[in-house]
Amino acid sequence: MLKLSGLETLVIRPKSNFINVGERTNVTGSRRFLRLIQEDNYEEAVEIALEQVRGGAQILDVNMDEGMLDGEKAMVRFLNLIAAEPEIARVPVMIDSSKWSIIEAGLKCVQGKAVVNSISLKGGEEEFIAQADRLRRYGAAVVVMAFDEKGQADNYERRIEICQRSYDLLTNKVGFPPEDIIFDPNIFPVATGMEEHRSNALDFFKATSWIKSQLPGAKVSGGVSNVSFSFRGNQLVREAMHSAFLYHGIKAGMDMGIVNPTMLGVYDEIEAELLERVEDVLLDRRDDSTERLLEFAERLKGQSNKTAEKEEEWRGLPVGQRLSHALVKGIDRYIESDTEEARLQHDRPLQVIEGPLMDGMNVVGDLFGSGKMFLPQVVKSARVMKKAVAYLLPYIEADKAKYQDHSAAGKILLATVKGDVHDIGKNIVGVVLACNNYQVIDLGVMVPAEKIIERALEEKVDIIGLSGLITPSLEEMVNVAREMERVGLEIPLLIGGATTSRVHTAVKIEKHYSRSQAVHVLDASRSVTVVERLLSKDRGDYIGEIRKEYEKIRFHHANKEGRKQYLSLDEARKNRYKIEWEKEPPAMEPKHLGIYTFDDYSLREIAAYIDWTPFFQTWDLHGRFPRILDDEVVGTEARKLYKEAGEMLKELITNKWLKAKAVVGVWPANTVDHDSIEVYDPQNPERVVHRFECMRQQSKKAAGQPNYCLSDFVAPKASGRRDYIGGFAVTAGLGIEQHLERYRAAHDDYSIIMLKALADRLAEAYAELMHEKVRKDIWGYAPSENLSNDELIAEKYKGIRPAPGYPACPDHTEKPGLFGMLEAEKQTGISLTETYAMQPAASVSGLYYASAHSRYFGVGRIGKDQVESMAARKQMPFEEMERWLASNLNY
Amino acid sequence: MRTLRPDTELIYRCLNERILVLDGAMGTMIQQHALDESDFRGERFRQHSLPLKGNNDLLSLTRPDIISSIHEAYFDAGADIAETNTFSSTSIAQADYGLESAVYDMNLASAKLAREAADAFTARQPDKPRFVAGSIGPTNRTASMSPDVNDPGYRAVDFDTLREAYAEQARALIEGGVHMLLVETVFDTLNAKAALFAIQEVLDEMELEIPIMVSGTITDASGRTLSGQTTEAFLVSIEHVDLLSIGLNCALGAAQLRPYIKVLAEQAPFAVSAHPNAGLPNEFGEYDQSPEEMAEALEDFLKEGFLNIVGGCCGTSPAHIKRIAELCQKYEPRKHFAGRLTQKMLK
Repeated sequence: MLKLSGLETLVIRPKSNFINVGERTNVTGSRRFLRLIQEDNYEEAVEIALEQVRGGAQILDVNMDEGMLDGEKAMVRFLNLIAAEPEIARVPVMIDSSKWSIIEAGLKCVQGKAVVNSISLKGGEEEFIAQADRLRRYGAAVVVMAFDEKGQADNYERRIEICQRSYDLLTNKVGFPPEDIIFDPNIFPVATGMEEHRSNALDFFKATSWIKSQLPGAKVSGGVSNVSFSFRGNQLVREAMHSAFLYHGIKAGMDMGIVNPTMLGVYDEIEAELLERVEDVLLDRRDDSTERLLEFAERLKGQSNKTAEKEEEWRGLPVGQRLSHALVKGIDRYIESDTEEARLQHDRPLQVIEGPLMDGMNVVGDLFGSGKMFLPQVVKSARVMKKAVAYLLPYIEADKAKYQDHSAAGKILLATVKGDVHDIGKNIVGVVLACNNYQVIDLGVMVPAEKIIERALEEKVDIIGLSGLITPSLEEMVNVAREMERVGLEIPLLIGGATTSRVHTAVKIEKHYSRSQAVHVLDASRSVTVVERLLSKDRGDYIGEIRKEYEKIRFHHANKEGRKQYLSLDEARKNRYKIEWEKEPPAMEPKHLGIYTFDDYSLREIAAYIDWTPFFQTWDLHGRFPRILDDEVVGTEARKLYKEAGEMLKELITNKWLKAKAVVGVWPANTVDHDSIEVYDPQNPERVVHRFECMRQQSKKAAGQPNYCLSDFVAPKASGRRDYIGGFAVTAGLGIEQHLERYRAAHDDYSIIMLKALADRLAEAYAELMHEKVRKDIWGYAPSENLSNDELIAEKYKGIRPAPGYPACPDHTEKPGLFGMLEAEKQTGISLTETYAMQPAASVSGLYYASAHSRYFGVGRIGKDQVESMAARKQMPFEEMERWLASNLNY
Repeated sequence: MRTLRPDTELIYRCLNERILVLDGAMGTMIQQHALDESDFRGERFRQHSLPLKGNNDLLSLTRPDIISSIHEAYFDAGADIAETNTFSSTSIAQADYGLESAVYDMNLASAKLAREAADAFTARQPDKPRFVAGSIGPTNRTASMSPDVNDPGYRAVDFDTLREAYAEQARALIEGGVHMLLVETVFDTLNAKAALFAIQEVLDEMELEIPIMVSGTITDASGRTLSGQTTEAFLVSIEHVDLLSIGLNCALGAAQLRPYIKVLAEQAPFAVSAHPNAGLPNEFGEYDQSPEEMAEALEDFLKEGFLNIVGGCCGTSPAHIKRIAELCQKYEPRKHFAGRLTQKMLK
């Protein structure tokens, strides 16, 4: 994560959107700026900086490298002047010079964290290191040019060689933080007619992806307009080249660039033939690509690029019907122009939303309600709606200022609570609510309670909705409810997400929030009804109904709990699952002990292991795969969804959107004290390196039924037998953020949900694949196993892989220990949040048990004695242990 | 290579175990002595050409008894760390008094006075070691703002001048025996960057690792420093130095500081400190928050686990510090530092 600052901060995360560097305050790039500086007209020069920032520049490039200027003086003067303009000084500065003295003079004028552009190995290692050392001391990030003693890198190999060398020197010798390093692997012109320039762009892209994958933390930047140098004077071609270059550059991982926004077109709008010829050149796809682009450019000169689209039939309908058609069919192609047309026909822009757009969405709602449309389609409709609304928004704002009103049906704030990163469900709820004309403020994931409350107060929202998937989120929801009570909020609180339940809301949350009502919402389709009633006039009655219902649930719950009998931990241990170890075959010596890492595993191979049934569940289409495809009711939609999922899957595999990493481990282990599993150092089996603490069922069982604990499946130390345990952590979510960002920018919730759902499936598939590999090869206790994917899904194999946080092992705090054993963060890049959710969300981790006796079970509720025992075993304060296990307590 | 002294390791250890208490105001305490021009001049500056009354830092040379007694009063109240009487002991700030040439002696003497008091208390109470932080003020000039509204590009001081002045001060403070340096009341981050640059150079030259604390000042309710930065931007701008702590002091009372301290508590990879004023000044420009009232406001911070180091700035007295020290015993310090040095030390 690269952090920069002016008066405010700019944080560039690994998958942030492309960062625009304003380039008009550069004497080498802007004749006007040069003239103003030469004429000592700094006042107007500062205006240019202001225009840049107002135009969206997130970093301001300042360059005073001109032979006739006193560069140091000009740099200092200009930086001091813009420091006095808060609107400009807000953004960080890029001090751009090829002269070290100018760079240093500039650094002495900025209070924030600037970027220096650039240093390189041009003058040798010694100078490079000295300069980098100095930059470190000033506290600046740095652009490093792919340039060394032999000259500027002009092919792929030289680019990566120099970048690698620079990176090693910076990180090892200077101690430069890798996230503060930005490489500029040289953008050179293409289509110059020179054979050796043919692969200039391609080499840049290749070098970019190489840097991003091989030099952890480093960023990539470049000056884009260089690439179209040979088409000076032909604006249209240049714009197309810049857009296409950026499109491919960003895909390869380019984080920021010096771009003139006025010389940039929209990639999707480039005429197909032009785009093809431009991309032929950029990607060096044909021998005659330069000639063909030149020829096209000639033909094009002077012409405006008018695309003759074949009007489809529905385009002839009146605008209201066109909008409705577009919404129902999810077509966003004409939405902006149609919306504009509708806007001109109405007195106020809001009427477009209330009129034709809502009419269209009502059709969608009716079709959805009557089961004729399905969630994937609705999400697509919502995407179109969002685009239309986004288009109208500025007009509405202007209009609102005129009339001072506000008329969404209600304002709903949504958030995935602190510590949790799962948000597919929450996003779906957001879309469904937005479709119903609610204004949705989505705070994203891992949102702390203070922030939720702060925004709720600030925005005066009508309802807060919380979402979460992992069990610690349940506790966090209780916390949010308490905080809402404390600050005196009086608005309904919606609770949703896979682990939430009506019972939990009734028993645990409601009592902490007496000022209004906490309501559990089962799924997205219910959210609208619930919200509608909570905001209606008779909401008092509705809340009364809910209170009565929850009261009843609490009563039943208390009764049920009262009736259910529990054993003491000692009794439960006595009734453990007993394996007669002396009769068991000896445990097989694993082929590999210790950890084993898989870097960048083939997504194609993983995809073959996908279990599609849960994928359809994500989209509220229920039924087993593949039968669901022929289902009478949802079959058509399921097929369509499956087809689109297939397309995205193909694209994400081909273009390597995601990176799959895994680490697995197998270690000698024995059970001690019934419920603990000691893990031993493979090199020195005497040495205990970790203890997994397992939870035991405590509810009273029918005769002959044991009280299970995972440790029952590992041979006790006292048996004198050598046994083993394994662990794994896999992820298929690395790299997802940049693509999500792209979809977010395009208001494309459909693709966001699709991509996340696919990444989740890939992670699960990867876990399945790894488990097989472990059984057959790494541990190798089932070398001759030969199962189909369906058989794998049906768990026909020997052994289990329970995950911390799931029923057999509900204790999330086992994860850090497992991660430590696996070095999971280092090996795979998966990290744990404060409540031990894994990041990226598309990750799976767990333990391997090989015994033929091992099986899945639910621990269920446990007594205080077991919590005390766990707390003592894990050396954790009792209260803390209790908090982590809150959803499993029987008291 | 910079070496680590055992007392540095001790500081980190203490920091991990409890909330450390910084002392309170120096100026407020000096005022109670009703000193006159001759007190400030002493023997050494009897002939000095400019008036010296009000140059509090000079008292370390001319009335060391008073300064020592203030340090003792704060240690007695339960402070773990005393700040040296050197807030304005740079050649830039002393230029107003024409005392640039006395700067080295002032810092050296101040450091020694504070250190003597600290050592005496540590000897008496070895389980509560006392420390000395060399106070490095912002000077009276800003490097990134113009004092002249008609010439926004003008600067009354530049980076290199600040750097030299700070280097001189830091060197003398370290030679005088301070355990750590405290760059405080930062109103312009560029000044602080110059100080940090200078300190790095001095530490390299002396081959020593000394913990560095930085404390900024949020000027008013806008939530910005005088030079216009948000708290977060302030943090990002100096995060390149491996600090012991970052925090906020002066200008505001504890209650007003809360949102900004929270930002640091959430984002800083270092320990977090606060030494606010005794409330906001009243209509006479005096600070009149009682120890009880101040403690009440600070207790909220401690409850939230925001802090590792807490003390007082303008208007606070040993009574305030005593109350704060009592309070600190009830709460756990903030955890989760990610700073490189900190992590190394806490291993």
